[in-house]
Amino acid sequence: METFITNLLNGLQYSSYLVIVSVGLTIIFGVMKILNVAHGSFYAWGAYTSAFFIGKFSDMGWPDAFGFVIIFASAIAVGLVLGFIIERGLLRFMYGRDEVVIILATFGLFLVLEDVILLVFGVDPYFAYQPMAYLESVEVGGITRDVYGLSLILVSTLVAAGCWYGLNRTKWGNILKAVIFDREMSVSMGINVPMVYTVTFIGGTALGALGGAYIAPTVSVAPGLGGEVIVLSFAVVVIGGMGSIPGALIGSILIGLLRAISVHEFPQIELFVIFAVMAVVLVFRPEGLFAPAKVRKI
Amino acid sequence: MFFDRTSSIVVIALFACAVAGYFIPDWIMNQLMFGFARALAVLGLLVLWRTGLISFGHAFYFGLGAYTVALLDINLGVSDVFLRLVGAVLVSGVIGWIVGFVLRNYRDIFFAMLSLALSMVLYGIIVKTEALGSTDGFSISAPTFFGFAPDGKYPLFVFICVVCAICAVAVQMYLNSTLGWMTTAIRDNEVRVEYLGLSVANAVHVKYVLSAVLAGAAGCLMAMALGQVDPDSMVNWTASGELVFITILSGPGSVIAPFIGSVVFELLRTYAFEWAPHAWQLIVGGTLLTIILFLPGGVWSVIEKVVGKKS
Repeated sequence: METFITNLLNGLQYSSYLVIVSVGLTIIFGVMKILNVAHGSFYAWGAYTSAFFIGKFSDMGWPDAFGFVIIFASAIAVGLVLGFIIERGLLRFMYGRDEVVIILATFGLFLVLEDVILLVFGVDPYFAYQPMAYLESVEVGGITRDVYGLSLILVSTLVAAGCWYGLNRTKWGNILKAVIFDREMSVSMGINVPMVYTVTFIGGTALGALGGAYIAPTVSVAPGLGGEVIVLSFAVVVIGGMGSIPGALIGSILIGLLRAISVHEFPQIELFVIFAVMAVVLVFRPEGLFAPAKVRKI
Repeated sequence: MFFDRTSSIVVIALFACAVAGYFIPDWIMNQLMFGFARALAVLGLLVLWRTGLISFGHAFYFGLGAYTVALLDINLGVSDVFLRLVGAVLVSGVIGWIVGFVLRNYRDIFFAMLSLALSMVLYGIIVKTEALGSTDGFSISAPTFFGFAPDGKYPLFVFICVVCAICAVAVQMYLNSTLGWMTTAIRDNEVRVEYLGLSVANAVHVKYVLSAVLAGAAGCLMAMALGQVDPDSMVNWTASGELVFITILSGPGSVIAPFIGSVVFELLRTYAFEWAPHAWQLIVGGTLLTIILFLPGGVWSVIEKVVGKKS
C-alpha cells in the first residue's frame, strides 16, 4: 500500500511538471505547426530565472513565501521577453517553410539559448530551496511528503483547467480554434493571425518557463537542464496527439506514472519504457491517442 | 555512364587526402578523419533529404555501428578493420531493413518523430545497461589490418578515405539509377509516381536501408577513429541533431557536399570550442540558423556559384 501511494504520488508529481511543459509545447504546435525544440530552453530559462531571483531576494531578507511570486513572475517575464523576441525576430520569417526545416531552426535556437544561459547565469549550479522549505512536509497515508511537491499537482491542474476554460469558454479560445482549423479562412474573417501567433507563442513560452520555474526549488539548477525535458515532452505530445491539450494531459499522466513505477520497480528500463511507448503509439496510431484522426499524410 | 564527373572528383580528392595525410600534422589528419567518418552518415541523410525526409534519430544507426565495433572488440576480440566494418554494416543494415517496413510509410514530422523515438529507445537501453557500458561507454583497442597492427593512425586514415570514396561513388551511382531519379519525383508528387507504375514504399525503403548502412559504417569508422564509444555523443538525440545540422550545412546538391560540410563542421566546432569554450554551441546554433535563413542550399551552393562563375 505504501509503495503504491509513493509510486502514485511520485508519478503524479512527475506528470504535473510534464503537463505544464507539454501543454505549452502542444499549444504552439497546434496553432503554429511548429514543433519547438527550443521549448526545452524556455524550461531551463524559467528555472534559472526563478532560482536566481529567489536566491537574490532571500539574501535581501525577503520572506521565503515571496518565492512563489517570483516563480510566476519569472515565468511570465521569460515568456514575454524570450517569446516575443523569438517569434517576432526569427520564427516569423520561417512560416510557410517545411515543418521539418522549422524543427531544425528551433534546434539551432536551442543550441544558442543553452549557451546564452551559461553566459548570463554562469556555469555554477543554483539552489533555491526557500519555497520548498517554507511549505514544510506532511504525512500522506503513512508517508512523509513535502507539500511543495504536492502543490505542483495543484498548479498543473489549475494550468490544465485554465487552458481548457480559455480554449472552450472564451472568445479568445474560439479565435484560436478558428486559426488552428483554417488559417486562411480566419484571416479572411478579419482575425489578426500574426497577432494570434505572437500571443500563442508568448503563452506557450511562459508555460514552458513555468514548468522550469516551479521545479527549480526541488532540483539543483545546472547546465543541461533543458536537453532532457524536451525529448520527454516530445514523447508526451506525440503520445497524446500533437496539438491536443487533453492529449498532453493524458500523455503526461501516462508517462509520469510509467516512469515512477519503472524507477521504483525496474530502474533499468526507466528511459527505455518512455520512448518504447512513444514508438509504439507512433506505429499504431501516428496521430496520437487523443487527437482526432485528420486527413493528412503521415 | 556510372562513373561520372562527380565520382571522379570524389575519388581523386579523397586519394589526394589519403596521400597528403602522410605529410600533414596529426591534428589536421584527426580533424579530417572525424569529418570524413561523420560525412558517411551525412551522405545517408542526404539520400533521405532529397526525398524531403529528415530523420531526427539517425544516431540510432550511427550508435549501432559504433557499439557493434565495441561489442565485437570486447566480447570476441575482433580488431580487424574489415571484420568490424562488415559487422557494423550488417547490423545496421538488417535492423534498418526491418525498421524500414514501418518507416517507409511515414513522412514529414511523423518520420522525424518515429526515428527520434527509436534512437531514444536505444539510448535508454544503453545508458541503463551495465553490460553495454552504461553512460561511460567503452574504449576500443587499436584497429589491425589482416593481422598487422601498425603504429599511428595513418593507416586507419587511409582506410577511412578508401571507404568514403567507395561509398560516395556507390551513392552517386544509386542517385543516377532509375531508383535514384525517383527521389525527387517522390518528394514532388507521390501519387504521380505511383501512377507511373513504381512503388513509392519500396523506393523509400531502399533509401532508408541505404542511409542506415551508411550511418552504421560511419559509426564504425568514428568509433575506431576516436578509440572509444559513448552514448551521449553517439546515440543521444543531440548526436542526431548534429548529423542533421551537418546535412543542412552541406546542402543536398552533391555527394561531395557532405565531405566538405562535415570537415567544415569539425573545424567550426574545434575553433569555436577553443575560442569560446562557453559559447561554442551558440556559434554552432547561430551558424545553423544563418544557413536555414540565408543559405538554403548549404555550403555546396556557394561552391557551385564560385565554380560556376569561373567556367
